Amino acid sequence: MRRWLPPALALVVLLGIWELYVKASGVNSLILPSPTDVLRALIDDRGTLWHNLKTTGVEIVCGIAIAAVAGLLVAVLLHFSGVARRSLYPLLVASQAIPIVILAPLLVLWLGFGLLPKLIVIALVCFFPIVVTTLGGLQTVEPDLIKLLRTFDSSRVQTFWRVELPSALPGLFTGAKLAAVFSVIGAVFAEQAGSNSGLGNLLELTVSNLETAEAFATVVVLAAFAILLFALLTLAERRALPWVHRQRETPTR
Amino acid sequence: MIQIDGVSRTFAGRRGGEPVEALRGLSLTVATDETVAVVGASGCGKTTLLELICGLQRPDAGSVLSPPAALMPQRDLLLPWLSALDNAGLALRVAGFARQRARDQVQPWFERFGLSGFEQARPYELSGGMRQRVAFLRTLLAGKPVLALDEPFAALDAITRAEMQGWLSRALAEEQRTVVLVTHDVEEAVLLGDRVLVLSPRPGQVVADLAVDVRRPRQRTDPAVVELRARALTALGVPA
Repeated sequence: MRRWLPPALALVVLLGIWELYVKASGVNSLILPSPTDVLRALIDDRGTLWHNLKTTGVEIVCGIAIAAVAGLLVAVLLHFSGVARRSLYPLLVASQAIPIVILAPLLVLWLGFGLLPKLIVIALVCFFPIVVTTLGGLQTVEPDLIKLLRTFDSSRVQTFWRVELPSALPGLFTGAKLAAVFSVIGAVFAEQAGSNSGLGNLLELTVSNLETAEAFATVVVLAAFAILLFALLTLAERRALPWVHRQRETPTR
Repeated sequence: MIQIDGVSRTFAGRRGGEPVEALRGLSLTVATDETVAVVGASGCGKTTLLELICGLQRPDAGSVLSPPAALMPQRDLLLPWLSALDNAGLALRVAGFARQRARDQVQPWFERFGLSGFEQARPYELSGGMRQRVAFLRTLLAGKPVLALDEPFAALDAITRAEMQGWLSRALAEEQRTVVLVTHDVEEAVLLGDRVLVLSPRPGQVVADLAVDVRRPRQRTDPAVVELRARALTALGVPA
């Protein structure tokens, strides 16, 4: 409970200041809605928000899953092959410099308004952090441990399955947690480029209609979804890799 | 028998620095089933020597002849996601044993090594001494004729280390293995070795070869042990 208190208090104070400012200055709610306006929009539009969240949620979860599988495979490839690492890694870095804002409309042009271009955009955004953190986990296995296994006549593949892959799993989860946050931004860009439902689509509509409180409400739902995903992944990590936490809590020697 | 003849090993310097000569013209032999303790200052090429014996490195000059050797690294490096039992059976699993068969093989050793009741414990739940025993067992069960032990107790506190030295001495007495034990602790070398080899600072060469004709179990206060310890220290250049 203690851990909840400081961020909750900070949020309440910030919202309070915001509310007071809007009330005191009499600023038009189309320019800046007050927190209570946003809350009202959340309640009034809950049906629309829920409907659009389902679309975006499916896109995000599938996009992260694709990125996790592809990211793990590419990290393993880069780990095993020095040639691949030297030739592909710089390209991977460069690919991250392509602005999604440019890419998303092109994908819509090529692939239409369906799910596919959204999945590609989200997977692209999530792919990089997953590759980097997983590869980091694979490459930082204790050299002495590798030597030990070599004296046990362990093959490269055996060493990978028994030691390197389990060592890399915490990295994979770290990457997925970063991806969960980035994926929301990716989904918004992808939907704004061309779609007929989803929270990004809703955001586009509400902003252009000057329904500012509704737009804020959409952002609140997006943020809450990102936090939910992050929390679920943290929970899954604790369940799947209990040693990561236990080791940190107890002194190793 | 391990035969090392005129072995030299030089490492390229880091970032264009001076190359580091770890070993120069090192020769030594270890008889079958003999325990040889190698002592020397930090960075005298002791770990390099073990890696040459294990076939993890090739010498630049000279020759290394050794039966297959299993390494026990300085830190226990137990896998945190495996139980103590499965950690100890790692070499068996690598050799293709099914999980349950490996466990059945390891189980009696847990009783012998005073680890009963900790089979399912994760490494972080074990004391330093227990972790070291599991790590030793893991290397022992690889079934190689030679054991290459790299400062196995360097990370332990003094009391645990003393206990573990007594324990290892008993364990080695029961096991017919050729053992090369590298340490920077002269007393440990005299307590555990049939012979103590003293290495000079880098580049490492053998500067003294002391036979330890003291019955086991050895006491650190035994005058013969104290005398050998003094001779080894003198060979290392430390005033006794």
